[in-house]
Amino acid sequence: MLKTFRIGGVHPPENKLSASEKIQTLPVPEQVTIPLSQHIGAPATPVVQKGDTVKAGQLIAQANGFVSANIHSSVSGTVVAIDNITDAAGLPKPAITIRTEGDEWMPEIDRSGKVEHNITLSKEEIVKAIAAAGIVGMGGATFPTQVKLTPPPGNKAEFLIINGVECEPYLTADHRVMLEKAEEIIIGVQILMKAIDVKQAIIGIENNKQDAIAHLQQTASKVLGIEICPLKVKYPQGGEKQLIQATTGRAVPSGALPIAVGAVVQNIGTALAVYEAVMKHKPLMERIVTVTGKSVKHPGNYLCRIGTPVSKLIEAAGGIPEDTGKIIGGGPMMGRTMVNVDSPIMKGTSGILLLSRKEALREPVRNCIRCGKCVSACPMGLEPYLLAKLSMFNLLERMEEEKIMDCIECGSCSFTCPSARPLLDYIRIGKSRTGAMLRNRKK
Amino acid sequence: MSTIVITIISLCAIGIISAVILYFVAQKFKVEEDPRIDIVEGLLPGANCGGCGYPGCRGLAEAAVKADSLEGIFCPVGGAETMSKVAGALGREVKTEAPKIAVVKCNGSCTNRPRTNCYDGARSCAVEHSLYIGETGCSYGCLGCGDCVAACPFDAIHMSPDTQLPVVEDDKCVACGACVKACPRNIIELRYKGPKNRRVFVSCVNKDKGGIARKACKVACIGCGKCAKECPFGAITVENNLAYIDFTKCRLCRKCVAVCPTGAIHEVNFPPRKTETDAVKANPAAQSPQPTAPAENTGTLSDQTAFTATREKPETSPASATQPEITQSDAIPEAIGTIRENPTLQTREAVEKPMAQNEIPATRKMQEARNEESEKQK
Repeated sequence: MLKTFRIGGVHPPENKLSASEKIQTLPVPEQVTIPLSQHIGAPATPVVQKGDTVKAGQLIAQANGFVSANIHSSVSGTVVAIDNITDAAGLPKPAITIRTEGDEWMPEIDRSGKVEHNITLSKEEIVKAIAAAGIVGMGGATFPTQVKLTPPPGNKAEFLIINGVECEPYLTADHRVMLEKAEEIIIGVQILMKAIDVKQAIIGIENNKQDAIAHLQQTASKVLGIEICPLKVKYPQGGEKQLIQATTGRAVPSGALPIAVGAVVQNIGTALAVYEAVMKHKPLMERIVTVTGKSVKHPGNYLCRIGTPVSKLIEAAGGIPEDTGKIIGGGPMMGRTMVNVDSPIMKGTSGILLLSRKEALREPVRNCIRCGKCVSACPMGLEPYLLAKLSMFNLLERMEEEKIMDCIECGSCSFTCPSARPLLDYIRIGKSRTGAMLRNRKK
Repeated sequence: MSTIVITIISLCAIGIISAVILYFVAQKFKVEEDPRIDIVEGLLPGANCGGCGYPGCRGLAEAAVKADSLEGIFCPVGGAETMSKVAGALGREVKTEAPKIAVVKCNGSCTNRPRTNCYDGARSCAVEHSLYIGETGCSYGCLGCGDCVAACPFDAIHMSPDTQLPVVEDDKCVACGACVKACPRNIIELRYKGPKNRRVFVSCVNKDKGGIARKACKVACIGCGKCAKECPFGAITVENNLAYIDFTKCRLCRKCVAVCPTGAIHEVNFPPRKTETDAVKANPAAQSPQPTAPAENTGTLSDQTAFTATREKPETSPASATQPEITQSDAIPEAIGTIRENPTLQTREAVEKPMAQNEIPATRKMQEARNEESEKQK
């Protein structure tokens, strides 16, 4: 019997179209636009000026505070602008634009394919190197990794849990990384174990990726303390709290962090980035992005520089199909619709999904019939129909009582609703308003 | 027999003892309430709309009785008349305040502001605003889902079927500010109603640089500052590429309307202007965006007049918005020609604009203050 989390969850069609496509390297674009805020927390402060020449891997913006991340140039060339650009949602965001000239990397970056095994750095040095490389959670939440590796005083980590679940339909980037970079990932995991000083790591992988499970099991067999844990396929297993429950059986209390039950969760992509940062001195300047969709000519997984326009990636996959109705950054469940395809790939962009008009069509909203499907689907044990209603009437205290802040915004409720009600749309705004109220109250 | 007597006596005793206890308790925990509060509450309209900033009419009555003067306390629904009655009842001086009205400061109709995408999420401005820029290229303007309409307790604001923008009904709006609070983009502002309902305001809240704003919307304020230079009363300030007319300083001379190159400044309820050709001569460039396709315009206009019948606008500016390809410079002389030949046309074109307002800082402040207050109350 395979493990999984206890309550809720849904089974969206998997549609992993690009699972067998090898990772291809995208040519360096003529120009990259690197936003200053690609992570949760304060935007980084630029340390270059217009007209400066930069190399690939050079620091161009410095973390601004504890919860923030460094940003590095992903190409070599000249800084042509530090100004607001239009992001994927159409809103202005500050960014550094660099025109590419050649492809010269910083001298300390080791570009050879040789796998380094010996971890020589101490615990503190590892965390420092990760912070310097600007690594953030690569699953999409983009929480700065060094913050997660520095548990608040009084808490001690017992497990490192690596998220190789990739429960979002369509996305296959993590799957391909596990197949093609298994050795690097295992070393990355060992580095992370050393950084938080734990003896046990669990890599959770959903059972629809049998080849990755077998390959990682084989690679990890040489290493002590790393366990590969196959999981039953169920969305949203990649959620931090769901994954902890699935792999260890421990439930994170409402409002607490995973460290409260002794767990630190990192994404598989983050483990790879950590390996590259610590062993190869390569900052986070590239990432693997799945470009997919049923009408896309060549769905695939592409290694591209941060700041590459989304349109370049779509071109590489065969261009925008004629029947495209919606372009989504991320997966179909939690991703956000893009209105600007010239916006850049960021650290947290795990996929580009092109849906046809027919697939993208939302059904007309009908009345709630109190069937309770959303309640049984909610992996956090909330009552989405109620929260959505409370949010419509802006009853902040009631929402707080109903634990709206526990919502992980996975979208299982909207997915399962037979009346096609936009439950998550309302819950999300209620959550942000309730959050603002709680912050004000603390002040 | 004796059972009945004993029962009566003991019940009477209990009653007397209880009465004595209750009397002392009532004395001890007596709540002093000013009887004037009830009187003042009776004078108020009883709509409990919260437009005054207090929780309902009783809240205002309590505050009015408690405060030393009536300064800062004003019932927008009852207006000056009600406040003078309240002042009379309390024996205080009346603090008069000019009546206000909600003004919608966006003119991004489908013709002025092309749609760039189609929103299919929850029909709520707040939700749409939290997700992305909206259906157009303007990240400041009206989203058109009608949160303000839903919020209005007086049925005074409606979405125009032609422009998909909210329209405020002058005679129904009591300036309670519910729509101001409901709008996630702060495009609605409470401004002086003005003599004979005449008002001049910047119908745009876009703070982008001129080029970007203009690209998204033909009638955006581009922050050129011409109006600020023209204003003889110093009522116009340009901040963050956006002009704002201070309604406490504005004397409704309408000089700014004539110089605005994009027609972002609106005048409402003014009689047709006789000397407008002079204004055009004086500032030909300003008028440039004007009408190049009169026929098309008139079509739109007649529709518009249906609901804006009471408002007559002379000015040329807003109409420009409806025209496609206004940016071409060679269209300018032609446009001016049209204006000269056919002043009535201008008037009608001007009618195009249904609604209202501009400005950010004031609205923001107001809203922030409100938010704070409501939080405190909570």
